[in-house]
Amino acid sequence: MSEIIPQVLASKIKLPSLDKNVFELRALKDTFLTVLVWALAILASVPLFSVIYMLIVEGGSRLDLEALTAIPPAGFEMGGGFGNAIIGTLVMVGIASAISIPFGLMAAIHLAILDPNSKIATISRFLAKVLTGFPSILAGVFVYAVIVITTGTYSAWAGGVALAVLMLPTVTLAAEEAMKQVPQRMKDAAFGMGCTRTQVIMKVVLPTGLPGILTGVILAVAGAAGESAPLLFTALFSNYYMAELAEPTASLSILIYNFSGMPFDNQIELAWTASLVLVMLVLLFNILARIVGRSKFND
Amino acid sequence: MTTLSASGEFIAKKYEPKGPVVLDCHVDNIYYGNFRAVRDSTIPIEKNKVTGFIGPSGCGKSTVLRSMNRMNDLIDSFKFEGHIQYHKHNIYDKKIDPVIVRRYIGMVFQLPNPFSMSIYDNVAFGLRLNRFKGDEEEMVVKALKRAAIWDDVKDKLKNSGMSLSGGQQQRLCIARAIATEPDVLLMDEPCSALDPIATRQIEELMIELKEFYSVALVTHNMQQATRVADVTAFLGVDISKGGRTGYLVEMDDTQKIFQDPQQELTKQYVRGEFS
Repeated sequence: MSEIIPQVLASKIKLPSLDKNVFELRALKDTFLTVLVWALAILASVPLFSVIYMLIVEGGSRLDLEALTAIPPAGFEMGGGFGNAIIGTLVMVGIASAISIPFGLMAAIHLAILDPNSKIATISRFLAKVLTGFPSILAGVFVYAVIVITTGTYSAWAGGVALAVLMLPTVTLAAEEAMKQVPQRMKDAAFGMGCTRTQVIMKVVLPTGLPGILTGVILAVAGAAGESAPLLFTALFSNYYMAELAEPTASLSILIYNFSGMPFDNQIELAWTASLVLVMLVLLFNILARIVGRSKFND
Repeated sequence: MTTLSASGEFIAKKYEPKGPVVLDCHVDNIYYGNFRAVRDSTIPIEKNKVTGFIGPSGCGKSTVLRSMNRMNDLIDSFKFEGHIQYHKHNIYDKKIDPVIVRRYIGMVFQLPNPFSMSIYDNVAFGLRLNRFKGDEEEMVVKALKRAAIWDDVKDKLKNSGMSLSGGQQQRLCIARAIATEPDVLLMDEPCSALDPIATRQIEELMIELKEFYSVALVTHNMQQATRVADVTAFLGVDISKGGRTGYLVEMDDTQKIFQDPQQELTKQYVRGEFS
């Protein structure tokens, strides 16, 4: 009996073909869109790869110990390098981190945990978002007015503060986001164990959100390392290794800007090499961010 | 048989505890803002017994449980009227620090919530919080053994607590809660997110744990109450005055509640006529 029914059904109902037909309209659409998406994805990565390719071709030949350690050449002088600019960039990014990370973290704790819906939190969150799109040259002008004019000198301090202004919103918003990702039930567990609010933040929220916080911090550092506009009126430039923080200081980005416009082949070659070093530095920070972004426990 | 409050509201017959009481809970009123969530419920938690809380959704059984270690203080609009007696202290006394109360009255939550740290660190968390001076490792192992999860994790104490299965995570949370040797363990529907096998293991665990601790268990599952609880409190919802206020209807030995309930409402509930 049970075997008869399917036969009856098969004779009564004509089954449509289940074979694949690549020339059908929806199959064609599918193929077309897939190809399009691939093509656009490749197109989008062309600028990045062509820039890196160009930097390696143009700047790779001068990438040696002299370029990384010597001071910039003057006029028709041959050789030379940009060791002072590397140090200058690292020092100013260090100053900027030392200012923006503590302030950003504390602001993020307030925004994410202490009082997320208060008026002051809503306003400062909005301002931080506005500040992320802040023209970086204005950060330079602001610090020029506040620090350079009052102290009477261009300095690494001023450069660092200008970079800190740009890093602060990135650090704050990334850290806030990372702390918000910590589930409420984890915080409940900590309160249930008898933690004070400070202990909940220090022992559970910060360690759990740490990978996300570090990712934000490192991306902010990478962004600051590549900035040139805020350094123009704050750190200016110097042809020598820095002796103190309160004097004009060299940076890679300003060196590139200065040398690329010079009529000397030697300087132009060095500008390419410095660009290559800067891109590698930023790339290194980005890769670092991806590595720490992965949780300590892969599960 | 029925007692009424001054305003004519039903008040359950007082349950006479047969053994020593560790947490004597007298709720007059619990409010969230203007919403009266629970009224007039006297629920003693007896030493070394499992006290079950059953009742329909919204009857306030979790609210009462979370009042017992002042977890509800984290909600701004929460207001508690009444007193909860714990070793001569009223834990709602003004001079009592809720943070310290929670160290003696542990809690296991509905969803397993291990910290994002290693299994060992999860269990050692409470010990470190209390600046425990003795042999930390010994206490961690003891807690893991008591929570019946030692055999599952003894070779991977350094792995993340989050890498375990749901049932294992919940047993880890129980180990974390008992590592500091609390007096009372509050369990808020600890099995509702678990599969039947894990549920069985947790239930067996609760019966073993009452040798060391006093357990208060909220459950939505009546069979679980009959299997685990020694004493059961049945809470109902009073919608007579337009609100949804929970109150204690009846509290007695579990067997009595399920086989010979005195209140009509309890009868209907244990027969499964509403939930």
